[in-house]
Amino acid sequence: MDKQTPLVELKNIELAFGGVKAVNDVSIDLYPGEVVGVLGHNGAGKSTLIKVLSGAYKADAGEIYVNGEKATINNPRDARSYNIETIYQTLALADNLDASSNLFLGREIVNKFGMVDDDSMEAETRKIMKRLNPNFANFKSPVSALSGGQRQSVAITRAVYFNARILIMDEPTAALGPQETEMVAELINQLKAEGIGIFLISHDIHDVMELCDRISVMKNGKLVGTENVADVTDDEILSMIILGKKPS
Amino acid sequence: MKKLMRNAVGAIGIDLRLLGMIGALVLLWIIFDLSTGGRFLTPRNLFNLSVQTASVAVMSTGMVFVIVTRHIDLSVGALLGFIAMVMGTLQLNILPEYLGFGHWSIWIITVVVGVLLGTLIGAFQGWVIGYLTVPAFIVTLGGLLIWRGAAWWVTQGQTVAPLDETFRMLGGGVVGTLGDQLSWAVGLAATIGAVVMMVLARRRKSSHGFKVKPLWAEYAMGGIVTALILGYVLVMNAYPLPKGAAKRYAEAQGIEYPADGLFISHGIAIPVIILLVVAIIMTIVAQKTRFGRYVFATGGNPDAAELSGINTRMLTVKVFALMGALTAIAAVIASARLGAVGNDLGVLDELRVIAAAVIGGTALSGGIGTIYGAIIGAVIMQSLQSGMAMVGVDAPLQSIVVGVVLVLAVFIDIIYRRRAGL
Ligand SMILES: Nc1ncnc2c1ncn2[C@@H]1O[C@H](COP(=O)(O)OP(=O)(O)O)[C@@H](O)[C@H]1O
Ligand SMILES: [Mg+2]
Repeated sequence: MDKQTPLVELKNIELAFGGVKAVNDVSIDLYPGEVVGVLGHNGAGKSTLIKVLSGAYKADAGEIYVNGEKATINNPRDARSYNIETIYQTLALADNLDASSNLFLGREIVNKFGMVDDDSMEAETRKIMKRLNPNFANFKSPVSALSGGQRQSVAITRAVYFNARILIMDEPTAALGPQETEMVAELINQLKAEGIGIFLISHDIHDVMELCDRISVMKNGKLVGTENVADVTDDEILSMIILGKKPS
Repeated sequence: MKKLMRNAVGAIGIDLRLLGMIGALVLLWIIFDLSTGGRFLTPRNLFNLSVQTASVAVMSTGMVFVIVTRHIDLSVGALLGFIAMVMGTLQLNILPEYLGFGHWSIWIITVVVGVLLGTLIGAFQGWVIGYLTVPAFIVTLGGLLIWRGAAWWVTQGQTVAPLDETFRMLGGGVVGTLGDQLSWAVGLAATIGAVVMMVLARRRKSSHGFKVKPLWAEYAMGGIVTALILGYVLVMNAYPLPKGAAKRYAEAQGIEYPADGLFISHGIAIPVIILLVVAIIMTIVAQKTRFGRYVFATGGNPDAAELSGINTRMLTVKVFALMGALTAIAAVIASARLGAVGNDLGVLDELRVIAAAVIGGTALSGGIGTIYGAIIGAVIMQSLQSGMAMVGVDAPLQSIVVGVVLVLAVFIDIIYRRRAGL
């Protein structure tokens, strides 16, 4: 796997909010068909780091490479043009709109007159939901009326629908029950098999050890280290998260 | 029984809120009609009501977008005054010098310049709000003072009158109506258009395999729409021109004017046609264009909109530019109706427009609002004012009532939303 060109490389990324260095000289990478977990306490800088990749924030310093070529990502639109899709921790849903309007937000299907084609979008949404969450039935209500799990389904569907090559999942199972969590795990394995690279952000070690190939641990904005899951124990990762280093 | 009613209403697909608003309006009309001894629900009064509503209603459709994106525009009344003043000066003092007095193109040039001016000013205010991030409340409060002052400067406070003959037709009045035949034609076209749209929508839905409403519900809806449109035409046609105007009309047409008078219908007023066109376009923009979708998405969750790649700053510029353009159209209607532009044209209109949008169900917290709601809101506002004036309620009491109604309407709306779980 190491011989391939990485799908994404983030090199020496730095980003400060006022005086706080939320991300401090962090480098991580991701290969096709690989799941890389990003672990760390709340406030470690995980969300901020991946928001640089998704175009939500612009880094103060550092570079991004996609397929070995330097990429310019200044806004979410740029990220989407590199087939980078993101499930945000906040889900980033417009609560007043229905599921299909959210799924296609910014990329609406239009008819030959340039008018938004709601019926086609709903039909597509029904199709993909049937595959990802067959229990999902409420296509008409604004998503504010949906349960946490259903809202998460909408956010996940949105990221998957548009042929992502690089998928960022920021705490995707935070609002989910055990059954839905299991479905997300299945989805991750399926996408992985299709050759998609996934960054899985979480603070649940168990999830991450199960699903990921490699794990990058962050603490106080800095990268503690990146390990192959096969080579480390839960305790070692835990120590990296808490103490900021591997036990010797 | 209650449940049966609710199911029937649900099947037809009208939401309860719309039904509530129409119910309130009908109730208002009946009360005013009873307390004026039947003078309120006359063709004459309904004609005047629809003409008086047009200007505020046109602006309220734009205010829906402004409020849906969590902004406010306090400058529309002053801007209306300023644009009307510029248009008045243009058509009276500037254009005749080059084209000759009463030239046919004067009204067209005037309207185009007015709309461009409104769009530009709106866009500029939107730019200050979106890109310089000064809150809309402040920018448009400044605008209120600026444009009211600017309107005075255009003519040093003098009233501009009388406006161009053709231009004045855009305000309604005796010459600014369609007459009976054209009104029927418009009514029929509107009915056919509405029915065709309903049929197409149903076909499209079933071609995707979605559930469609039961057929009887479609027929009921079609029937209601047809009755409303044709009923309106009927009422407008039942209002005859006054004697003098009828006589002049007869002379112009070369008809002998009979001794016992002549019944010439007003028909639909041109400002109402303008409002109708604006309403249709704005509804399409709101529901069927990307721009409209982004307006609502941004109002619902600005961060989500931004993360979906929507340029929310540029969107703000466009929303305010549109508001400016609609203000210019309202300025055309308001000044043409009076045939003159005075310094106080549009004073307090910003409050009427905001009230219309809010009574019509636009939520100040953003993301929610409809074009038809705002227009019904405008009709309710105007009905209240005209009705109270007709009953003889003192002016101070009138404004107290309007104020109470505004707060009450929003309170009921909040309760409704909480109940509906929205
Ligand atoms: N928009 C923001 N403005 C200011 N500070 C922020 C912002 N977003 C995150 N931070 C700060 O940056 C640090 C990293 O936050 P975050 O990336 O959300 O951590 P994590 O996702 O690992 O929990 C925290 O100290 C947080 O308070
Ligand atoms: Mg986070």
